[in-house]
Amino acid sequence: MSTTVSQLDQVKSGPWNGGRSPFAIEYGKVMMWFFLVSDAFTFSAFLVYYGAQRFSQITWPDPDYVFQSIPAIADEGYPLVFVGIMTFILIMSSVTMVLAVEAGHRNAKKEVVGWMIATIIGGLMFLGCQALEWSHLNHEGYWWGRIPEHYAGIDKIGAQQFANLFFTITGFHGFHVTTGVIINIIILCMTLGNVFEKRGTYLMIEKVGLYWHFVDLVWVFVFTFFYLV
Amino acid sequence: MSGNNTSVEHGHEGQHADMSKKLIWKVFFYLLAITCLEFFIALVLVYNGPLEKGPLVNFIYVVLTLVKAYFIVAYFMHLKFERMGFIIITLIVFVFIIYFIILLLTEGSYLHTHLHHTFG
Repeated sequence: MSTTVSQLDQVKSGPWNGGRSPFAIEYGKVMMWFFLVSDAFTFSAFLVYYGAQRFSQITWPDPDYVFQSIPAIADEGYPLVFVGIMTFILIMSSVTMVLAVEAGHRNAKKEVVGWMIATIIGGLMFLGCQALEWSHLNHEGYWWGRIPEHYAGIDKIGAQQFANLFFTITGFHGFHVTTGVIINIIILCMTLGNVFEKRGTYLMIEKVGLYWHFVDLVWVFVFTFFYLV
Repeated sequence: MSGNNTSVEHGHEGQHADMSKKLIWKVFFYLLAITCLEFFIALVLVYNGPLEKGPLVNFIYVVLTLVKAYFIVAYFMHLKFERMGFIIITLIVFVFIIYFIILLLTEGSYLHTHLHHTFG
């Protein structure tokens, strides 16, 4: 028997030769990314349809006049202020989430718990703000299939499309925030129950973190296209 | 199999040195600054000021939004520090979204011109 190994028999060790992740990312995390890509397609489809509607209508309600109240403070005259607070809350909760991930890398359980609680509180605050925003608009007369009476003539078509799309898209986003908060609570309980401590890795925090940042990312786009443009 | 997983995780953790607390807060202040700039344009320059809503302002908003999206995806979602192959497979599919945007906005403009011309 020859002791030299022919080139074909050599053990291949390149990243694409099997036996390990070519991306050096754990399987669950890759799947979370793929889910988020598909979810991004759903949100893109919603927002692109919104764009198409806005391009095709002759008139469209001016967001500066639709969104100008701050609940419990002022009914009108402050465009964008309340949504600014909501945006700040969501960015802030994204930061606390990434700090939880960072603490997870150091296996610092106490810090992970603290930052996760902060993230959950941020998510709940955002949902509360959204509930106030929805109830205010509903009070004004906007809902699926319903618009305030002051719209007349050709304005009605654009206003109706605006109302339907606003509640559908922010509703779908709010649904994502709600599931995100629920998942965050589950992960917090798992952290408190020492599940990750025993597993030796806090990678699960990272996967949930990806989802939470994605929710923040979607809000960045919703905010621009509904409130600013 | 489980041993294999651990090696993957360890290999991955090695790259996390890039994402320190300092960098997290830095990215947060960038995001905050861009959001404040958007509010400045919306409230001071457009609502109470000389600028009109229109293609120019919208273009600025979209660019600022994409910059914010870059910071969130690259740093918070850590994509910048993954391998190039992974970055490509996650981002390349958005070519279809860009195509979809072009298609539907063209369609919207067409309807704007012709539908209202016919029935308006």
